[in-house]
Amino acid sequence: MVSLQIQQVYFSYLDGLVLHNINLSIEAGEMVGLLGPNGSGKTTLIKLASGVLKPNQGEIRLDGSSLSQLSRKSIARSVAVVPQQFNIPFAFTATEVVMLGRTPFFRAFAEESEIDRQFVSNALELVGISELKERRFDELSGGERQKVILAMALAQQPKLLLLDEPTVHLDITHQVEILELVRRLNVERGLTVIAAMHDLNLASLYFDRLILLKEGRVSADGTPAQVLTEAQIREVFSALVKVEPHPVTGVPHIVIMPKGSAIKRQ
Amino acid sequence: MLSKLRRSNRLVLILLLLGGGLVIASLLASAFGAVTVPLPDILKMALNKVAVFDFSPTWRAVDETIIFQIRLPRVIGGALVGAALATAGVLFQGLLRNPMADPYIIGTSAGAALGATIAMTLPINLAFLGFGLVPMAAFIGALATVILVYNLARVGGKTPIISMLLAGFVVSALLAAVMAFMMSMSDRFGLNLHSVYSFLMGHISVTSWGQIATIAPLVIGGIIGARFFAFHLNAFSLGEEGAAYLGIEIERDKILILALGSLLTAAAVSISGLVGFVGLVVPHAMRLSLGPDHRLLLPASALAGAAFLVIADLLARILLAPVEIPVGVITAIIGAPFFIYLLRHTRREYAF
Repeated sequence: MVSLQIQQVYFSYLDGLVLHNINLSIEAGEMVGLLGPNGSGKTTLIKLASGVLKPNQGEIRLDGSSLSQLSRKSIARSVAVVPQQFNIPFAFTATEVVMLGRTPFFRAFAEESEIDRQFVSNALELVGISELKERRFDELSGGERQKVILAMALAQQPKLLLLDEPTVHLDITHQVEILELVRRLNVERGLTVIAAMHDLNLASLYFDRLILLKEGRVSADGTPAQVLTEAQIREVFSALVKVEPHPVTGVPHIVIMPKGSAIKRQ
Repeated sequence: MLSKLRRSNRLVLILLLLGGGLVIASLLASAFGAVTVPLPDILKMALNKVAVFDFSPTWRAVDETIIFQIRLPRVIGGALVGAALATAGVLFQGLLRNPMADPYIIGTSAGAALGATIAMTLPINLAFLGFGLVPMAAFIGALATVILVYNLARVGGKTPIISMLLAGFVVSALLAAVMAFMMSMSDRFGLNLHSVYSFLMGHISVTSWGQIATIAPLVIGGIIGARFFAFHLNAFSLGEEGAAYLGIEIERDKILILALGSLLTAAAVSISGLVGFVGLVVPHAMRLSLGPDHRLLLPASALAGAAFLVIADLLARILLAPVEIPVGVITAIIGAPFFIYLLRHTRREYAF
């Protein structure tokens, strides 16, 4: 379990400022969803939290240590990232891909140990894809691949799991399965989770805390009920919606209101 | 069957098989040539040299000279060139995630060729560690080009792989143009076109143990260094960002892997000119038959590349004896059909 402090962080790519003065404190064991329109800075924030991007100003602390002081290897031993998708050019099997998650623990010339193999088979089992282990990664469906990547991230034994729109290319079954699993790991093992999410309803269902980004600034931060209001969604996404309580859980459920052209003839 | 074995056993078995193949190839290449020396005699000579054995010679003294002063240096030179090129090919294909990558992709070939060509026009004759001016110029040309390409592609502390491929392509084109110019004006430059072609098509020119003594540490050190990066290269299959997520210091690794690959290539080029095909096809053939894990792929490719080039060089010497065919011609002529066969008959369908 680790906490993450983002303090007065500014970040810009070569062609413009992306994040303005971000201050966030994420406690160990939290499950946090990042929401916002395309280009609002969600992915950038995930990359900053993973340490592959460095802030122009400000500091990010992982359990109190500044990320800029830590080696990539030591960060990778406690932080794992699941991106939208990976393109792997070689014919690795699912097991071989999951074994890549053990990379931060390998030493040069040493073969993978029994412990590494154990972590890999546990991760495959946890994600429920043991039957895919001999299959080739490039022959799997999008949803299966994303599960393999999630298993790879879990083989890394992370304390903080960062997900960048992990379900964006998946059908609804896989979306739910992946979020259910992440939620279970969060609840049962205290895994800290930060995920950029594009689907507001899934975010509302699975996350305790949502952070709404608009043009690189935090525009709302709180429980789904506090963040997913009609006014804030209109303000941030310029979308007309109606928010109702979810029929079973009671969390906010967003209903998209059609504009004129989408109204069907009766 | 091989895949059923435990990973480590399978690895040892495959490397033993390939190593055995290299030994057999080397023995054959030592035995045949202008003079044929029977294999048992070669074995006895070798045992007499290395150990307490003392077989009475059943061979002529001149045979021993042929084996030890002429054939063996050349066979070992060929093995080193093949191992170096195949290893460099694996490194570049893995790092650049590009199936067309070969050891020459970022400009080493053009740099080496231009260096060698310039050296051929110079009326100087100096030697260093058993090397003449031409191999030294090829070595320096290859490394200088990679350094140039790397720096051209470097922007804001990063060296994007695409920029490196493009910079390599453009620099190669420029150097090749300079070389074409020199060749077209060969009379004025006092350039022997035959020597230039011989360099471009590859020819293993080892004439002394001194050259081996210089090249061998570079190549063997380079191969061991490459194996050190095996699991880093596996992580690079996820792309640079994916590798970074797995704890790889990507910019540092990129420069080290490039440096290793370029050093191996430059070492090979200095004694063989531009032997094509080995560095491109041996890694692919090994990946097709053994899978993409670099921990096995690197040593397996080194051994297979060595054996392949030793055999190719033997054929180059004997097929049209006393005329020698450029070894690069042989590597392509026997390599291409073999590779097509593998591509069409492999069970593990190929993905790059």
